[in-house]
Amino acid sequence: MGYPHKSHPRETPVLSKHFGNPEARKLETWKSLGGYKALQQALTMDPVAIQNVVKESGLRGRGGAGFPTGLKWSFMKLNDGKPHYLACNADESEPGTFKDREIMRWTPHALIEGCAIGAYAIGAETAYIYVRGEFTEPIARLEEALKEARAAGIIGNNAMGSGKKIDVWVHRGAGAYICGEETALMNSLEGKRGNPRIKPPFPAVSGLFGQPTTINNVETLTAVPHILNNGAEWYKAMCLSSPKSTGSKLFSVCGNVAKPGNYEVVMGFSFKEFLYDLCGGPLPGRKFKALIPGGSSVPVITIDEAESVKMDYEGFLEVGTMLGSGGVIIFDDAQSMPRQLARLSRFYAHESCAQCTQCREGTAWMTKILERIVAGQGTFEDLDTIFDLAENMTGKTICVLSDSCAAPVTSGINKFRGEFEALIKGKRSSTVAMGAGV
Amino acid sequence: MSHGPSAPSAAPHGQSHDHEPYQPVFTPGSARKQELDDLKTRYPDKRACLLPGLWMIQQDRGWISEDAMREIGEQLGVTAAYVKGVVTFYTMYHQHPVGQHFIQVCTTSPCLCAGADKVVEAFLEHTGCKELGLTSPDGKYTVIEVECLGACGFATPVQINEDYVENVTPEKVPEILRGLQ
Ligand SMILES: Cc1cc2nc3c(=O)[nH]c(=O)nc-3n(C[C@H](O)[C@H](O)[C@H](O)COP(=O)(O)O)c2cc1C
Ligand code: SF4
Ligand code: FES
Repeated sequence: MGYPHKSHPRETPVLSKHFGNPEARKLETWKSLGGYKALQQALTMDPVAIQNVVKESGLRGRGGAGFPTGLKWSFMKLNDGKPHYLACNADESEPGTFKDREIMRWTPHALIEGCAIGAYAIGAETAYIYVRGEFTEPIARLEEALKEARAAGIIGNNAMGSGKKIDVWVHRGAGAYICGEETALMNSLEGKRGNPRIKPPFPAVSGLFGQPTTINNVETLTAVPHILNNGAEWYKAMCLSSPKSTGSKLFSVCGNVAKPGNYEVVMGFSFKEFLYDLCGGPLPGRKFKALIPGGSSVPVITIDEAESVKMDYEGFLEVGTMLGSGGVIIFDDAQSMPRQLARLSRFYAHESCAQCTQCREGTAWMTKILERIVAGQGTFEDLDTIFDLAENMTGKTICVLSDSCAAPVTSGINKFRGEFEALIKGKRSSTVAMGAGV
Repeated sequence: MSHGPSAPSAAPHGQSHDHEPYQPVFTPGSARKQELDDLKTRYPDKRACLLPGLWMIQQDRGWISEDAMREIGEQLGVTAAYVKGVVTFYTMYHQHPVGQHFIQVCTTSPCLCAGADKVVEAFLEHTGCKELGLTSPDGKYTVIEVECLGACGFATPVQINEDYVENVTPEKVPEILRGLQ
């Protein structure tokens, strides 16, 4: 079932199969659909064997960085006598990304099962699902499902009668994009300001409460039960291009497009077919102009570049951008790129945790300069200053929020320089005004 | 966090409300006290209950005052100054009372290109708030701009108190407001 639109025949709904079906939220229905079989099986397996199946499947992290999940799990030193933790990253705040929300709203048990298996596979008795504070409905759905799962003995002191303890808890954030960064999330969960930590130590050595911790995205963990049920080979076979990118992937599509929403396709799918067929192409009378394909933190590409892309980690790299979180933002020919990029820069300036000078000052100045250009008061020198700033913001800070501001802005200027120069030459503001707050 | 040139958060204007009498939330024997104590068993360190504890206060009292910071600090063994440091980091905790209906419109790029700026204008006009972050004279509404609500495919999403309203257009605003009574 699709959501909010009907599933397209070219989609491969694995994670999204039950989106839009309120019945699927209930434990009874979920079990009749095959729910918790994988957990039952997992609890009879050796944790290392689970790690190996996940390694073999080729599953890579869906939170943005694409790190191989099985490998990440194998960094956890089993039987070291320390409490281990699993943190599920449900902070989903990357502009353009809204897939984890649908997983939690429609299939909360799918995530709970993924968390329980993940926890067991890394030697943890406790998993925390850190959900962004705004997501009150997903939180309520998860809480209901957890209550059912706990009452049925699926999680708790004797998970599914295995004699093993697995607890899963929801923890509500309070509004801060940066808490999606893994170490910031840990600080926030511990009741601190959400400042990212300097690494090393890496979370597998010292994470939550100073103990070995693994952190995974919602979509990553939700894929795991399917891999255990159907086997690594089945997952690996979902691959249309690079063998390094396997499985199905949820792409959130938004901006100027006929049918915004979530679509699930096999890795390596043609981006052209995706955009024009699945997503219904541009709005009537308009043309696609530019895209940010992996959540707002990755470089901008033109529609010409996009049309050649195979949708996987390697395919997006080939045109100089990234798959990231799979949040596809589309701008059509009616949009002013300077205005959109200025607003995006303001997002990063607002969300910077302000620990690093390059990020705190860089994001703020970049925003000021871009807004000046949009207001028709920019100079050509301003463009040079932006590139200078961007260089100082890249690769020099505790986390990559700073880089994430520079990447879309510099790529956007490189590809749509004419729009910026027209504003500077014309000394007039972009035809459309900035947001009401400016 | 709010350091850059950002939209104002709720009610920065007006007089301080910190002199108003504060009613504690976690009184001995109360349901909230029990809830907080139960929560402590989920974590190896009770400080982890700070965000959830602040949520309880905001739900019961509407905002987080200095007295509230002291109260939750005492419950969890941290100072009021420490709590303040945490409260000010997160955008969702109100440090001032806000209108009965707290309206947050996403205006980040994906929503902006779908016309979110016009939705903001419509809310400001129809609520009588006039300015972002100011509460309407009748105390009913406060309107702010927020960053991505994680519902970009349903532009423009607006969060009103705890709930999302999706696919909001300027034309729908009067009806949405009527539904809030
Ligand atoms: C500023 C910033 C924000 C991030 N936000 C999120 C997020 O909202 N959700 C998420 O899963 N990962 C986010 N990440 C990536 C996480 O740090 C981490 O890589 C990921 O949760 C790991 O899970 P995975 O291996 O399953 O992808 C963010 C990273 C940065 C630097
Ligand atoms: S790069 Fe920015 S967000 Fe990341 S730690 Fe530094 S100041 Fe904070
Ligand atoms: S940009 Fe508005 S909800 Fe994501």
